[in-house]
Amino acid sequence: MPPPPAPAAQAPRKGVLARIAESRNALGLLFMLPAAAFLIFFLTYPLGLGVWLGFTDTKIGRTGVFIGIENYRWLFDDPVFWLTVFNTLFYTVFASIAKFALGLWLALLLNRHLPFKNVFRAIILLPWVVPTVLSAMAFWWIFDSQFSIISWVLMKLGVIAAPINFLGDPWNARWSVIAANIWRGIPFVAISLLAGLQTIPQSLNEAAAIDGATPWQRFRLVTLPLLTPIIAVVMTFSVLFTFTDFQLIYVLTRGGPVNATHLMATLSFQRAIPGGQLGEGAAIAVAMIPFLLAAILFSFFGLQRRKWQQGND
Amino acid sequence: MTIDRRTLLKGSAAMAAAGALIGPFGARGAAAQAAAPAAATFTPEAGASLRLLRWVPFVKGEEEAWNANTRAFTDATGVQVTIDQESWEDVRPKAAVAANVGSGPDMVMSWFDDPFQYPDKLVEVTDLCEALGAAHGGWYDGLKAYGVQDGKWISTPLCAIGNAVCYRDSHVKAAGFTEFPKDTDGFLKLCEALKAKGTPAGFPHGKAVGDGNNYAHWLLWSHGGQAVDEAGKVTINSPETAAAIEYAKKLYATFIPGTESWLDINNNRAFLAGEVSLTANGVSLYYAALKDPAMKAIADDIRTVNLPIGPVGKPVELAQTSTISIFKHCKFPNAAKAYLEFMYRSDNMNRWIEAASAYCCQALKEFAANPVWTSNPIHAPYAKASESLRVNGYAGPLGPASAGAMADYVLVDMFAEAVTGQRTAEQAIANAERRLQRYYR
Repeated sequence: MPPPPAPAAQAPRKGVLARIAESRNALGLLFMLPAAAFLIFFLTYPLGLGVWLGFTDTKIGRTGVFIGIENYRWLFDDPVFWLTVFNTLFYTVFASIAKFALGLWLALLLNRHLPFKNVFRAIILLPWVVPTVLSAMAFWWIFDSQFSIISWVLMKLGVIAAPINFLGDPWNARWSVIAANIWRGIPFVAISLLAGLQTIPQSLNEAAAIDGATPWQRFRLVTLPLLTPIIAVVMTFSVLFTFTDFQLIYVLTRGGPVNATHLMATLSFQRAIPGGQLGEGAAIAVAMIPFLLAAILFSFFGLQRRKWQQGND
Repeated sequence: MTIDRRTLLKGSAAMAAAGALIGPFGARGAAAQAAAPAAATFTPEAGASLRLLRWVPFVKGEEEAWNANTRAFTDATGVQVTIDQESWEDVRPKAAVAANVGSGPDMVMSWFDDPFQYPDKLVEVTDLCEALGAAHGGWYDGLKAYGVQDGKWISTPLCAIGNAVCYRDSHVKAAGFTEFPKDTDGFLKLCEALKAKGTPAGFPHGKAVGDGNNYAHWLLWSHGGQAVDEAGKVTINSPETAAAIEYAKKLYATFIPGTESWLDINNNRAFLAGEVSLTANGVSLYYAALKDPAMKAIADDIRTVNLPIGPVGKPVELAQTSTISIFKHCKFPNAAKAYLEFMYRSDNMNRWIEAASAYCCQALKEFAANPVWTSNPIHAPYAKASESLRVNGYAGPLGPASAGAMADYVLVDMFAEAVTGQRTAEQAIANAERRLQRYYR
């Protein structure tokens, strides 16, 4: 008779670490913690601090006290602030539209089978690679009131009699900084959209062509709907970059003439750091948040509607 | 190595002797030092090292002399001094951040009333500055104002950067003027004549930190206007300000187009390119022409003169000023004071002022005897900067309000708005008044 089976040995009690290692939820939380800490430390904390500063009268070198919405009340009555809001919106809208149109056009061109295609793609990237300050310095010369190459050429051709006052006239200055921003921003849009174009199966275009679709119809009904998700992402970023632009304006005009090119970002810096009014500068920066949120929400709820993405809208 | 008082004194004596051998001011400097009462001597802390943030040099010789004096200090005391340079417009934000976070450079060579933005973050230097004043003939009142708050020295005035009208002599003569006008009315007539001759004048109406602010303040003050009164009450809305604006409009009509966009560098460039015959600038403009053989004709033709006197009846100008502050977060405040004391010694300071070629104007009266001020007639108007300058925010107290108002270009914008027709004179004044009230509340 076989001996009765020995009673099963009692499993040793697992340690806390072992139990965490076996728990999907606990592990997920653990792995997420560094990223969460990073986000809290580098994003949430500065943002929170900025919002808090906007409710104080903090000045450089001196801790402020809570003053509620006084900074915002002052800004609401400040014509320079409202001018910068207008400038920022004007700058963002026109520069973004132009960057999208020209970037898409370039992407479509580069998506064709062109000789030296890779060379052209590399050249297109140049404005994006050059440091912003350097490109701004170049535009500073291009738009100089006395030494502008554009004015010089036009005068030599007999088109104009005197140099164009690019950065001295308020509207000229606005369009000039927009032109510089477009030049700088096109590569980002063009290369991103080119990447999107290359994910569209060629067979769809060929099928549409066989069905008799014109090039415009193929673009409108095949290419554009399939490109919409990447357009949404690219334009969201493009709008955010443009809205928060600082370097280009600071080097080119420092907000002049007579604040005609001051953006919210440059005004925020001017009031907060050189001006020493940290609370007011923070309030201007915080005032940018609703506009930025609106741009992001537009992307999510407008451009990224699934039906539209699928071409059924 | 422990640096004690004896070591420092020995080192300083060695430097004075070395200065006598090598520098043009050696003998005179050493003699002056021997004659003058000894400045306060500070004993650097053991193992001290210092970091100075300064503005990028505009005159090469100035930097070389400053660095040579710094090396001599290190040789004498063993205290290493690292000098960081920042574009002159970026010194303010960087110093402000250092003051706010309590970390960064130990000392900063900054502009205008920057120390008044964060006085609580600075080491009191009353002992150093009073000793320096006593040893070197006393401080000029304008410079002193940039160092003292409530009777306490919070910063050590370093220099004023003189601002003068630089003009082309041949152009002025061709416009029918044998002598440069001394008053604002005559100056306007000259600018009109220059424009008629196709060789116009140009002053920046753009956001030029130095040149734009200097010009705007001169316009206001020369007509008797002032941003605030002695108590800091905003008084910009006055008939004098209106008169200043009316004058500015007439002057602006004679300028080369585009001055609304001019930043600090534009007037130099336009002048050196022969586009304008007249602007106001530091002496660096003259030296820029002098060092370029292609511009010899322009350099020979340049003359300088102080800005004209307006209805107020006396010369009133805002000169850029620089001070050196020691942050409280500096671990070696005595070493920092010893460094400054060393740099202000007669031979060292004289060597530095001479090397700056009239760009940096002395803060202490002893150095008015420096031959640089008489060695070239071009330098003469700049020599008066320390004596005649009016402090920012006149007639009110220096402080965060005056610093903020200037940084926000309140006066520059007021004149630019009016002369370009963006606003009427009344609207421009009202807008400036409102912005000033915000700073001076």
